[in-house]
Amino acid sequence: MFVSYKWLQDYVDLTGVSANELAEKITKSGIEVEGVEILNEGIKGVVVGHVVERVQHPNADKLSKCQVDIGEGEPVQIICGAPNVAQGQKVAVAKVGAILPGNFKIKKAKLRGEESNGMICSLQELGMEGKIVPKEYSEGIFVFPADAEVGADALALLNRDDEVLELGLTPNRADCLSMLGVAYEVAAILGREVKLPETSLESLSEKATDYVKVVVEATEDNPLYVAKMIKNVKIGPSPLWMQTRLMSAGIRPHNNVVDITNYILLEYGQPLHAFDYDRLGSKEILVRRANDGEKFVTLDDVERTLTADHLVITNGTEPVALAGVMGGANSEVTSDTTTVLLEAAYFNGATVRKASKDHGLRSEASARFEKGVDPNRVRVAGERAAYLMAKYAGGEVLEGAAEVDTLTVEPAVVSVTLEKINRVLGTGLEMKDVEAIFDRLQFGVSVEGDTVTVTAPTRRGDIKIEEDLLEEVARLFGYDNIPKTLPIGSTTPGKLSEYQKKRRVVRAYLEGAGLYQAVTYSLTSEEKASQFAMEKRDFIRLAMPMSEDRSILRLSILPQLLEVLKYNSARQNDSLAVYETGNVFLSNGVDVLPEEKEHLAGAITGLWNNHSWQGEKKPVDFFVLKGILEGLFAKLGLTERVAYVQAQVEGMHPGRTAEIRLDGSKIGFAGQLHPSVQKDLDLKDTYVFELSLKAVLGVETEALQYQSIPRYPSITRDIALVVNRETVSGTLKDIIVKAGSPLLKEAYVFDLYEGDKMEEGKKSIAFSLKYVDPERTLTDEEVTKVHDRVLEALKEQAGAVLRG
Amino acid sequence: MQERLKELQEEAIQKVEQSSSLKELNDIRVAYLGKKGPITEVLRGMGKLSAEERPVIGALANEVREAIAAKIEAKQNQLEEAAVLEKMASESIDVTLPGRPVNVGSHHPLTKIIEEIEDLFIGMGYEIAEGPEVEQDYYNFEALNLPKGHPARDMQDSFYITEELLLRTHTSPVQARTMEKHNGKGPIKIICPGKVYRRDNDDATHSHQFMQIEGLVVGENIRMSDLKGTLDVFAKKMFGQDREIRLRPSFFPFTEPSVEMDISCKVCGGHGCNVCKQTGWIEILGAGMVHPNVLEMAGYDSKKYTGFAFGMGPERIAMLKYGVDDIRHFYTNDVRFLKQFSVEE
Ligand SMILES: [Zn+2]
Repeated sequence: MFVSYKWLQDYVDLTGVSANELAEKITKSGIEVEGVEILNEGIKGVVVGHVVERVQHPNADKLSKCQVDIGEGEPVQIICGAPNVAQGQKVAVAKVGAILPGNFKIKKAKLRGEESNGMICSLQELGMEGKIVPKEYSEGIFVFPADAEVGADALALLNRDDEVLELGLTPNRADCLSMLGVAYEVAAILGREVKLPETSLESLSEKATDYVKVVVEATEDNPLYVAKMIKNVKIGPSPLWMQTRLMSAGIRPHNNVVDITNYILLEYGQPLHAFDYDRLGSKEILVRRANDGEKFVTLDDVERTLTADHLVITNGTEPVALAGVMGGANSEVTSDTTTVLLEAAYFNGATVRKASKDHGLRSEASARFEKGVDPNRVRVAGERAAYLMAKYAGGEVLEGAAEVDTLTVEPAVVSVTLEKINRVLGTGLEMKDVEAIFDRLQFGVSVEGDTVTVTAPTRRGDIKIEEDLLEEVARLFGYDNIPKTLPIGSTTPGKLSEYQKKRRVVRAYLEGAGLYQAVTYSLTSEEKASQFAMEKRDFIRLAMPMSEDRSILRLSILPQLLEVLKYNSARQNDSLAVYETGNVFLSNGVDVLPEEKEHLAGAITGLWNNHSWQGEKKPVDFFVLKGILEGLFAKLGLTERVAYVQAQVEGMHPGRTAEIRLDGSKIGFAGQLHPSVQKDLDLKDTYVFELSLKAVLGVETEALQYQSIPRYPSITRDIALVVNRETVSGTLKDIIVKAGSPLLKEAYVFDLYEGDKMEEGKKSIAFSLKYVDPERTLTDEEVTKVHDRVLEALKEQAGAVLRG
Repeated sequence: MQERLKELQEEAIQKVEQSSSLKELNDIRVAYLGKKGPITEVLRGMGKLSAEERPVIGALANEVREAIAAKIEAKQNQLEEAAVLEKMASESIDVTLPGRPVNVGSHHPLTKIIEEIEDLFIGMGYEIAEGPEVEQDYYNFEALNLPKGHPARDMQDSFYITEELLLRTHTSPVQARTMEKHNGKGPIKIICPGKVYRRDNDDATHSHQFMQIEGLVVGENIRMSDLKGTLDVFAKKMFGQDREIRLRPSFFPFTEPSVEMDISCKVCGGHGCNVCKQTGWIEILGAGMVHPNVLEMAGYDSKKYTGFAFGMGPERIAMLKYGVDDIRHFYTNDVRFLKQFSVEE
């Protein structure tokens, strides 16, 4: 809502309060003023001039040579390019030395050989937006009424010596969608009075009801319809002050009748509609729901197909307006109109909203109906419009109105105790303070004991419950005056859950291991949604996505991380390590909440070690990635429970991918991206993993328990085994651990040889085995006994023999 | 004999002093103190001496031996030290060369902000509550006093999946779910961080996916002044002790009264500048007293219980705190951007 500071003074005395001070006060007490625009900022030296002569420029077809009286002695010569400039016009002249928006300085000039001492201005050149400029002047200069005084300040005449406050209204404050509503708010803030506009006029003896009969079929949608009749109107421009006020509020002037309805919309917040009575083709207004498929041409000349959801105003048979949204071309006021049927009505917000949404017609009028107009202002707004039509369109107003009124208007009566006010706000207010606040708001107040009962005016439809009163008290008392305290009473221990704690451990560990945390989008394309997905489910698709790329909820994180690698790689960062924790979404069927599983994914690409001056360059490989994962599981106390099993995963290198199991169940995978995927993304060798973090962090782990450090020396035996190439080290280790227990404390691979010194199809794996007895020093013989058992088992179960 | 011993001592000490290597020194030791050395020789001739002379010469011989040995040891220490120094001199390196890099990653800036806020409120007795990102219309809107057809639903254009399911537009449904779980019994003190989604075109200031952190306190005597005090503590810890807060009335369907909180502008100290659009204040979050309808729907007796709630955007806070100028940076994950947040403040 745009509020003219000058216009507002019609209703509230603003003496001593500048526009900026007013903005600050309004903001602090409840409505955010998003900006204060000084309309004539950066403009100087523009006066009213009289074009005393206009001739064709001798050397240019499209230019005029004008002699313009600007009230400074002899007329000055100005070359003008506007097509509509004419002798006798009163126009806005930027004199030599004037400044126009954009710091455009007007200088003496020669245009095609002719001297020009200034510029005749269009409204756009004076800083007004093209869309609010009256149509007849939108392609040329603006023309003042003939009585404009030569030499006068043109900007003052255009009401540009004004400031406009832009209010950011929240949906509850629809009452401030009108100048009067704002006036009540400002009056409450400043503790001043509201002056109401003039509406009284002399009517003709003829009655409106002699001309028209109103019938409302759909009284739910339209509980109040008032039709006033104005005869003998003369269509023409509205007075300049009204046009300029409309323009300051962002509305383009049309003609006096239409401008008056718009002016009332701004003044009272009540949308009105003017019909050309003679074009209605009947003496009847019938308000009903449209028939399905009914056709109707709105005044923007678009044919609309209606449904039974839409409310129409008809002449008894044909629609003449889409109620609250837009009038019809068939009954629009034109320059020939002489008799106006003026509609002032209360339409149901939801009905109007449906229609404006269905037809894409959001307007100043529909917005107000949708948010709810003041039921008590419908009639008076009609009266005021009729008054203005009599005054500025030469109309004669008929007695009374034809109307249907089934509207029950009951102002809200709400009570609250002083104790509650102070208890909820944390204040120490007295009853007289509270009473004074409601007085200033012009709410009805009565006090009985500790209870204050408030009758809210109908313009404030947002006041319904106790808390609404608390809010009114808080905002007018001022939030600055409310003390700062902290909650008292029973305390709660602040803490992270076990899961949240562990998740932080995971993040800190991975970052310590060199990975950057990424955050990517949950919405993705159909193509990517299921790539690398650990479980196949139906897609969860948005009903109305904004693009195909963001239409489906992800089933895995990796595709998004690969995008991150691709993005960075394309910007000379082809060595990179990233991870992400986030939900993937597994459908449980239509209209059922999906399973949201937190996953952890990571990707490393390019070089892992790059120590330039020592010439060390080590690309990432499977074992860099696995080392990171092993460290992670060690950190979480899961080392013994995790296993890696050779596996095939779509999109992954078939020989370099492992399934990761926790307690025997699959929780994820790790490995190299399939070379063709790497190539598609233009990546170097890339290793990735994705795990169900929920599974990893969800398992019970044993409480940390100290184990005594062995006091007796250990004995180490190293063995080099020759095995078939397909035999994996994990199998051998399992055999060793099983056969060597309980004296065997440790066994690890320290060498792998697959070179040409080996027999075809064989490889050598060397293990280091460590034996300890916590109770005593082991003898060589004891160790040999166990060790032989291990070798025997290896031979028997894996065909492994000691390398000669 | 005495003289001979003295002579030997002098001679040996001179040689020790002149020696320049450990080997030379060892030769001297062997030559003078060894079994075949001159001192042993002297002692061997002691048989010819009288009973009175023998202990005197014996004692003297020992003295001489000890003196020579002490001298040799001192010299040895000296030579060894010199050898170490020499070795180290040859080992010197250029300490200005770069070290062997250790890869370090870091928190995403949004996680940094979220954890900082979480920790701050944990210190004040809050727990961290999380909830689903795909929500039922009921929890996202209806339980928050936004019935179907409510005009304020226009404020949040949402990603619906079906008529009943949508991507949550705020983390407030977590509040509704937490309250419901408490079965109408207090107190509750929670912080709800998480991803939320709205139908916005991605540009410098909008993102269809973004983070939100909300807080909720419900209890028997929770006051508006408690909200103000809590937000004051938060603002000062998060943005600096010298910051002031200001509450402005606002509107949210799930709170009443509703406010927005501004903090004083750091750049201009409140005098007005481009950062604060000349107002001296920067908008940080929305808050208010929990609407009685919300309490009642979750099973709380609104006559007995009151509460406050607040909500803010980590992106906005990160942008203000670190001077990030485009919200899309948070989701592009350019490593040149991410790296800048590895510094711990
Ligand atoms: Zn500032």
